[in-house]
Amino acid sequence: MLEKECPPAALRRAWANETGRVPGLWPKLCAMGVVGADAAAFSPLDLVLVLEETGRACVPEPVVGTFASGPGGGAAAATGLGLAVSPLVLYADSVERLVLEHEGGLWSLPPSRASLAPCPAVDGSRRLFEVSWDPGDAERLELDPRSVLDRAALAAAAQLCGTAQQLLDAAVAYAGQRHQFGQPIGAFQAVKHKLADVALRLEFARPVVYRAAWSMDPVHVSMAKAHASQAALLAARAALQVHGAMGYTVEHDLHMWLKRAWALAASWGDAAWHVQRVGEAVLRDRAAAPLDSPVSPGPGRLGTGR
Amino acid sequence: MDLTWTEEEEAFRAEARAWLEANVPRGLPSGDTAPGFALHREWERELFDARWAVVSWPREYGGREATLFEWLIFEEEYHRAGGPQRVTQNGIFLLAPTLFEFGTQEQKDSILPRMAAAEDLWCQGWSEPDAGSDLAAIKSMAVRDDSGAGWRLTGQKTWTTRGAFCTHLFGLFRTDPSAERHRGLTYFLVPLAAEGVTVRGFGRLDGDEGFAEVFLEDALVPEGAVLGEVDRGWEVAMDTAGSERELTLRSPGRFQATAARLVELWRERPDPGLRDEVVRAWMDAEAYQLHTLQTVTRLAGGGRAGPEASLTKLFWSELDVRLHETALRLLGPEAELDGPWSKGFQFALAGPIYAGTNEIQRNVVAERVLGLPRR
Repeated sequence: MLEKECPPAALRRAWANETGRVPGLWPKLCAMGVVGADAAAFSPLDLVLVLEETGRACVPEPVVGTFASGPGGGAAAATGLGLAVSPLVLYADSVERLVLEHEGGLWSLPPSRASLAPCPAVDGSRRLFEVSWDPGDAERLELDPRSVLDRAALAAAAQLCGTAQQLLDAAVAYAGQRHQFGQPIGAFQAVKHKLADVALRLEFARPVVYRAAWSMDPVHVSMAKAHASQAALLAARAALQVHGAMGYTVEHDLHMWLKRAWALAASWGDAAWHVQRVGEAVLRDRAAAPLDSPVSPGPGRLGTGR
Repeated sequence: MDLTWTEEEEAFRAEARAWLEANVPRGLPSGDTAPGFALHREWERELFDARWAVVSWPREYGGREATLFEWLIFEEEYHRAGGPQRVTQNGIFLLAPTLFEFGTQEQKDSILPRMAAAEDLWCQGWSEPDAGSDLAAIKSMAVRDDSGAGWRLTGQKTWTTRGAFCTHLFGLFRTDPSAERHRGLTYFLVPLAAEGVTVRGFGRLDGDEGFAEVFLEDALVPEGAVLGEVDRGWEVAMDTAGSERELTLRSPGRFQATAARLVELWRERPDPGLRDEVVRAWMDAEAYQLHTLQTVTRLAGGGRAGPEASLTKLFWSELDVRLHETALRLLGPEAELDGPWSKGFQFALAGPIYAGTNEIQRNVVAERVLGLPRR
């Protein structure tokens, strides 16, 4: 569905249109149950692979904010989310509701009751806004900002895996086609090893993300976001280097994925922020033995049907 | 996906933990020295007598028919209890999976119980002076004995871990010099006591005499010394290499135990500048465990080790170096002292070299996992 409805050409158009989004895509995501009221029936584990695919396709839609905030505001309502750790609100001018953190709680209001100041972003499809609002105009939600942050970080981590996979695939394909010195550049070990390193970090980030989707333990989520952010940033760096000057052009699609990887890696807590949080649990608050600490509950079968 | 252990698995863990806590020996010297090796052999006998030496094997060979998940649990508990290195590892973890796959009934019946009981100790005979990363360049030869009694082996193997203390060697020998170099190789099981075999131990970087070179001059081995088909040894050897890289050699419990010790060290010497490094190393040990569960889930469902095993080998070998490097930085000026962390660091440095260098692994990942062109 995403290959058909959200190809690179559609993404390119979203960069230039009024909202930064792909017209008609959001209702289709809702109809599939990826987001919106129907998605509430699914667990994070059910959705983690779909979220990954939205990252692979670089979907320019409020998927993370809506997934994190849960149902509210109508079956197909898109949500723009602003938390203390990521205060700028994505697509605040085109969503149905805003969910905002204030004094340790979460509040909901329609965008029409807030004042929105656009903040131009590097990723042209990410329309970010600074939101000024009055809690008197908003409804207090019975949601814990920490668990909403965990859901946002998990969704971003899953998307980062997909984005990293697409960057890796693009670099592998290009390295097989591009010839220099009479051979494909992918035959040079310097290129091979660079891409093998990306495959390595991504291979070991994924199971961490899936475990977090299964448990939704805050420390597991932090490990997932840190691992996925690192893998995606490495993928972005390697993919650009392998594409060379071709990848540095705006005519090539690569830059849209690079910029998405940078944005997602920095959102909802970057790797350093999440490593800090894991450290609080591992170094201070809990037993040192990871084998039976609650940080690492007895693991069993880790299969995803991939 | 379900990451909870079953009741049976929890019971297995409890039994293993209780036995290991009561029996794991403390302060054994390195098993890569002659006196240390003898003590480790006694420990292996104890494990065997209590049926903990080879938990996943069939009962008739000394095992418990444990599942792969139970094997992982045992490994976690073994390392958690501070269990010593396994001097039987090259036999039970590397040769045995290949024997189960390719061995005749007679080979399995005669070799496996003695291996499990540490009566026969096996070492690897891959590398030669001119064949390290380029394993297919090996020159050691095997020719049929004129009398028809078996094969005559001639050549030199080297960097053979614990070769000076072992009783048997498994390795590749060239049986058809006219064939393409990956063909015409045969996998042999060689008693080191055979006439014509000379073993010379030599020192390793970490101070132990754990290396050996093995000289073979017309050494006679019987027909039953061939594992798998004649001239098809490369395929058999790659099976062993898959076990070595993917799963059996380095279970996650080993690195999680090291990571737990690193966290303890940080608590004793909390250096804020190294905090993130400690946490990241610990997180990588977790990632390795989770990835292993994914692998075991796949293998338990009938999947086979493929080129992805090279990713696993890259990850654990570089994780081990990182864990120890971080510990040494926490130790500061004491890092140069002879101790468990400096010893472990020196051993960890071998990881990116043995079982196929990490440069070779990255080539395998690039060419066979990602599909980049060979040339």
